[in-house]
Amino acid sequence: MASSNGLSELGPQEPGLKFIGWKVALRNPKLVIGTLLLVALIALAVFAPLIAGDPLALDPFRRLQKPSSELLLGADHLGRDVFARTVFGGRVSLLVGLASAGCAIIFGLIIGILAGYSHRVDAIVMRLMDGVMSLPTILLAIAMVAISGGGIGILVIAIMIPQIPSVARLVRSVVLSTKQLPFVEAAVCAGARTPRILLRHILPSTVAPLIVQSAYVCANAILTEAGLSFLGAGVPPEIPSWGNMISASRIYLPVAPWSVFAPGIALAAMVLAVNLLGDGIRIAVDPKSRRR
Amino acid sequence: MLNYLIRRLMSTALVMLLVGLFVFLLLRMSPGDPAAIIAGDTATPEVIAGIRSKLGLNDPLVVQFMRWGWNIVNLELGNSIFSEQPVLTLLGQRLQPTISLSALTLILSISTGVIYGVLAARRPEGLVDKSLTLFSALGFSIPVFVAGYFLVYWFAIGLKWFPVQGYTPIEQDPVRWITQLILPTITLSLSYIALIARITKSSMLEVMSDDYIRTAVAKGVPERTILFTHALKNAGVPVLTVIGLGIAYLISGVVITETVYNIPGIGRLIVDAINNRDYPIIEGVLMLCSGAYVLINLLIDLSYSLIDPRIRY
Repeated sequence: MASSNGLSELGPQEPGLKFIGWKVALRNPKLVIGTLLLVALIALAVFAPLIAGDPLALDPFRRLQKPSSELLLGADHLGRDVFARTVFGGRVSLLVGLASAGCAIIFGLIIGILAGYSHRVDAIVMRLMDGVMSLPTILLAIAMVAISGGGIGILVIAIMIPQIPSVARLVRSVVLSTKQLPFVEAAVCAGARTPRILLRHILPSTVAPLIVQSAYVCANAILTEAGLSFLGAGVPPEIPSWGNMISASRIYLPVAPWSVFAPGIALAAMVLAVNLLGDGIRIAVDPKSRRR
Repeated sequence: MLNYLIRRLMSTALVMLLVGLFVFLLLRMSPGDPAAIIAGDTATPEVIAGIRSKLGLNDPLVVQFMRWGWNIVNLELGNSIFSEQPVLTLLGQRLQPTISLSALTLILSISTGVIYGVLAARRPEGLVDKSLTLFSALGFSIPVFVAGYFLVYWFAIGLKWFPVQGYTPIEQDPVRWITQLILPTITLSLSYIALIARITKSSMLEVMSDDYIRTAVAKGVPERTILFTHALKNAGVPVLTVIGLGIAYLISGVVITETVYNIPGIGRLIVDAINNRDYPIIEGVLMLCSGAYVLINLLIDLSYSLIDPRIRY
């Protein structure tokens, strides 16, 4: 990673995003497993209509039917195909997870950069972030969803807000440590204006840690969506999502465990894939962190 | 120390003020009219207007916020819109199950997590360390309710070792209280153990290469004493910080676990209150939870100097 000439010490001290060679990547099992698992799950979600039947079709004759060659994962209490519902449910999870993680990262980045650079912004905004962090994610999100009457847009906002502080704090800490480095001082001496320093000199240092963090934010967003749908405050019941499938099938757990476990395992696999990918990227950009 | 305490208390007060403002605005900005909800479906506009003025909903927002904040400080949380009982009484009734579950979870996960982390740090890349990597990958990825239903299916429905769900107050039957809480506690602890074990391990690894550890090894101090006394004391501060930050995470988990196991705690209270749009209860629970979080983290900050006397304020 480190180049041999002494010049690199003048540059940003945070691990940079360097090209990750294939051989290095293959020695990083977390990166490989995470990527493969995630690609497989995304492919299932994207090609859902080609792979699976109608997730909404009711068939009273196959109520609570066991998994068989015809019905891969059996049927639920309304006779709906659990495999089709699980595959289609992945779409909602991915969509809501990615959308809220994306928004959280954009807002967190803006807040973090401003807070790291300006003391006045820092004092107020970081207390606000402390406040948001002190409210339990799920409670805050259900309160917002229930009060505003629901809908996917509100759901994305409700999941996004609790994720902002972790991004803002991370970016702020990178900005604080970067702005004291010689190359930033040099830019200030050379007369660069604040926006230019922020965008050209400080922003690039935040990229590598931010990519790692965004994987964790995404995993948290998917978990929150599932939790909200499970509690009945998330995706409306007519759209199959992993959380509301488990919620609807849970009282049939003793007779039809597949209708609870299929979406449950899919959900855990999705979160696991995103987490592994995050760990994998972190190890790739900063090999020292392997131990953590 | 006193100086630090005052500064810390002031910043805590500021955080609580912002949380209060946030909770207050969250509910006032909502489309539903609380007065119309209290009055019910058959109410005439005059009745609704009467309730509005009685609740002071016609005053400017700033006045409403000041009055609301003053009431919260005085622990006057108002009455539930639905059952018309004081919110404080309702919170009191639901506190025991939630505190039992949270306390048992903290005890189980701190003890297991710290020991697991220390043992993993003993031999990096060893068997225990590798098992921790696997355990924490799963612990962070399996949602609380999925883990919950797996445990219920195997241990309550299949093996019949534990009751499936429900809660018995401790004063009624302590044995039943604990048997009903074992599965929920394990469910909630899984991810928390992973969190604590991981931070303990990485914090221990940093300490283990220090000179005084080598000295202790050289003079023949038993390994157990080195790990749990010499090293853990110095590795303790980050662990304590993570435990504190994890409290908000724990409360989220409690809400879901209470739903899985049908435990009548604070979590069920707020989920039901949200479905009924019972504003005073929602406000009460949110303020209680964030107050608990802020208070616990204040205590943790102040206790750093207890485990590490080098830290002075």
